[in-house]
Amino acid sequence: MKKPLQQSLITLPSFGWLTFFFLVPACIVYMFAFKRADITGAILPGWSLDSLKTLLDKQSLALTWRTLWLSLVTTAGGLCLAIPMSYYMATRTPSNQRRLVLFVMIPLWSSFIVRIFAWKIVLHPEGIVKMLLVTCGLSKPNTPLLYNDLAVLIVMIYSYFPFAVLPLYSAASKFDFSLFEAAMDLGATKRRSFFTVYLPAMIPAILTAGLMVLIPAAGAYVIPEVVGGSGSEMLGNTIARRIFLDRNLPVASALSLLLSLVVFIPAVIIALWHSGPQARGGENR
Amino acid sequence: MKASWSRWISYAGFAFLYLPVLVLIGSSFNASRFGGAWTGFTLSWYQRLLCEPSIWNALANSLLVATYSSLLATILGVTAALSLYWYRSTLQKLHLGLLLAPLVMPDILMGICLLFLFSSICLKLSLFTVFLAHTTFSISYVAMIIKTRLETLDTSIIEAARDLGASTFYMLRKIVLPILAPSILSGWLLAFTLSLDDFVITFFVVGPGATTLPVYIYSMMKFGAPPLINALSTLILLFTAVITVVYYRILQEEPS
Repeated sequence: MKKPLQQSLITLPSFGWLTFFFLVPACIVYMFAFKRADITGAILPGWSLDSLKTLLDKQSLALTWRTLWLSLVTTAGGLCLAIPMSYYMATRTPSNQRRLVLFVMIPLWSSFIVRIFAWKIVLHPEGIVKMLLVTCGLSKPNTPLLYNDLAVLIVMIYSYFPFAVLPLYSAASKFDFSLFEAAMDLGATKRRSFFTVYLPAMIPAILTAGLMVLIPAAGAYVIPEVVGGSGSEMLGNTIARRIFLDRNLPVASALSLLLSLVVFIPAVIIALWHSGPQARGGENR
Repeated sequence: MKASWSRWISYAGFAFLYLPVLVLIGSSFNASRFGGAWTGFTLSWYQRLLCEPSIWNALANSLLVATYSSLLATILGVTAALSLYWYRSTLQKLHLGLLLAPLVMPDILMGICLLFLFSSICLKLSLFTVFLAHTTFSISYVAMIIKTRLETLDTSIIEAARDLGASTFYMLRKIVLPILAPSILSGWLLAFTLSLDDFVITFFVVGPGATTLPVYIYSMMKFGAPPLINALSTLILLFTAVITVVYYRILQEEPS
């Protein structure tokens, strides 16, 4: 048997491609974080911690904090929509379920940039939302809806919550709803059985769904750029500015390292949690 | 009580999801130059679209990149999924890690990594670098779709074929690939749409003078927002909606 040869032949194409175009570049970026650039952007020889130290100055800390809170609020808001929606979807008839899943997928598959642009029209100073708010007396005619943190949050929740609906729905559709009826037969109210029977069973899916929102939210670049104001800059925007405007690659790399940690730490924790004893116990039930 | 709550939140959620899209489509027929207030119905933005060669040029670039990158990513994704399915070794554990990592990497980091790579190997930014980037991020999606299908595969068919003396290659050609065909098709469609849609990664690795459609729309959006984008966006939304429905049909017809 030429099994090892066969294995390497079929593994090599994707393994080699991703090593060269993903792993190596990531290592280059992280390596640059330990370099230093002079004022023209030329990389100085030798290693240095100066670029990493810039992460601790007041400006960078404020930026990290803003990125964290904006992405956490987005995640929480996304889950608040996605949990009831996936529950509702999973309790429909099979053909309606299929239709609703398609309704969630269509916006997800359509152009991201087009949908962001749509929000510029919706929140336009002469747009319908503004007119409605003004007629209801909820907003003054000259306070803008665009270019602030609230606009960034709304558009981020809008863009990323469908990523949470799909994994939650697939878990909810496998949930045994007879447990629910059993709880109600035993005298629990519908609300109580939702919170004590349904939600605990959904925890693994909720964690995954939260991660699906957190990752793109923490790495957001276009949304703060298009609907955010000068004060709603996030890590992604600063990284892009360091690269394209200041040409300070080591500082951009240090910020990239930080952003990777923001994303990878929760990803690893959730992955470990999923492979941990409590998750396995659930599978072998 | 709870059921009605979830119903109302779902209605609100779907309204939230579709409101901006519908407003955008409506605005594409608005005669007003500056958006906002409704000043009458017109098709003139669609007409104007026809005589903007740079839009069609960007579209052609996008289609070119999407075609080639989705084909290559599909081939690489299929071989990746097959090797993960057939072999259980340390190498495959690393392989799986390498396939999953791009899925949790924010787009902007992926774009920066590729930009650093291309500049360190002195590769000039062009449509070719966009093609390389799109292939890279599409492989994982294709591989995961096919891996999921393989996990539900009835292994007795393969064992029967092996017992009857089929070679690995014959089995692959006559049994595994035909069974996988719908998944391969849906993986390819996903790769194609991801490539067509991608803005962030493309923005970092695109060369001067070779824009793709999303990058072109972004620059139109930054320099004032002519109502032309509304008309163009409406057409794009219709197109992707059709692709999604086709993709979904393919998935639904598969036995699970």
